[in-house]
Amino acid sequence: MFDVIIVGAGPAGLSAGIYTVRSGKSALILEGKSYGGQIINTPDIENYPGIKNISGFEFATGLYEQATSLGAEVKYEQAVSIEDKGDIKIVNTEQGSYECKAVILATGAKNRPLGIEKEKEFVGYGISYCATCDGAFYRNKDVAVVGGGNTAIEDALFLTNYCNKVYVIHRRDTFRADPKDVEKLKSKDNVEFVMNSTVEKILGESSVEGIEIKDKNTKETKNINVSGIFVAVGQEPDNQMFSDLVELDESGYIIAKEDCMTNVKGIYTAGDCRTKSVRQLTTAAADGAVAALAACAIID
Amino acid sequence: MAAIVLNKDNFEAEVLNSDVPVLVDFSASWCGPCQMIAPIIEEIADEAEGFKVGKVETSEEMDLALEYKVSSIPCLVVFKGGKEVKRSVGFIQKPEILELVK
Repeated sequence: MFDVIIVGAGPAGLSAGIYTVRSGKSALILEGKSYGGQIINTPDIENYPGIKNISGFEFATGLYEQATSLGAEVKYEQAVSIEDKGDIKIVNTEQGSYECKAVILATGAKNRPLGIEKEKEFVGYGISYCATCDGAFYRNKDVAVVGGGNTAIEDALFLTNYCNKVYVIHRRDTFRADPKDVEKLKSKDNVEFVMNSTVEKILGESSVEGIEIKDKNTKETKNINVSGIFVAVGQEPDNQMFSDLVELDESGYIIAKEDCMTNVKGIYTAGDCRTKSVRQLTTAAADGAVAALAACAIID
Repeated sequence: MAAIVLNKDNFEAEVLNSDVPVLVDFSASWCGPCQMIAPIIEEIADEAEGFKVGKVETSEEMDLALEYKVSSIPCLVVFKGGKEVKRSVGFIQKPEILELVK
């Protein structure tokens, strides 16, 4: 029996692990993929207080080593369901079952797909969700970035350094992204903005050869030849397996306020997977601390 | 044995002409998920029986990456008898990697 089981080893989950073991309680962190969560895709973190510059990989590894060296246990098992037996909770994974006194759901968020045909099939064959990882493979080629937020604009800026031409496809007529970055992008001569448009089809037989886009206002469609599509249309949570346990909002986020408490006693939530307005590294870490101390307090 | 560092000069001898299957990890130092998978690849290379493991640093061997149509990394490709037989893109855990070479 563990005191606290934490689902997810991203910044929120690992921070929760640190606070749990430092409160003298045992912690098991369950992770289906790799530790670190989304932050490992970020080449430079420059907004975490106290650290001027660090790569996402280094940050995640430091956090992982800190949590495990303090005594938190990490198992690479995907949690699939949780049974609430009052004072005892049972967390089932694909490999086994674990009992605990409190659970912290820190499942994070994942890249939202476009949700169109061939998208899954062409991952690695022209579809990418990480411009900084894959941009270099598109040197002198034409690519499309889909989205209008910070990630999309940062991705497009990055890609203009490598690619022959970068199309930015956005369904609205304005960008949500930082205006400074948008201005910087507009000054590049190898970028073309395709506004009020959505990607309807991915073209190509065995890899991406183009996209069919549709203008929202005129309803007209046209094809653009590109060999890469960088998808940056935001994040979505991954909480469906817990929908019969805790309350989710209509987008699938676990409903909780700054106290990180769900509607179920002994079940807490931390980080990007919960309803909140600011999803940043610092707020994920803060949630981890808040959730862990609340969980430890009810165990005593 | 540590993973073999592959380049365009030894790729044919080490991979295409190998008499055992070869698991090749196409990665780059600038890519976080690649750094996450790197220690797992080394662990598999140490324990490998009946196959061998190689790695391509794509920032130095871009021609090799493009020749094998690698456009997202980490990209794991299994070669058997000189031909690609399996491919997986993105971070996966050790059991899933071992499944690729089984």
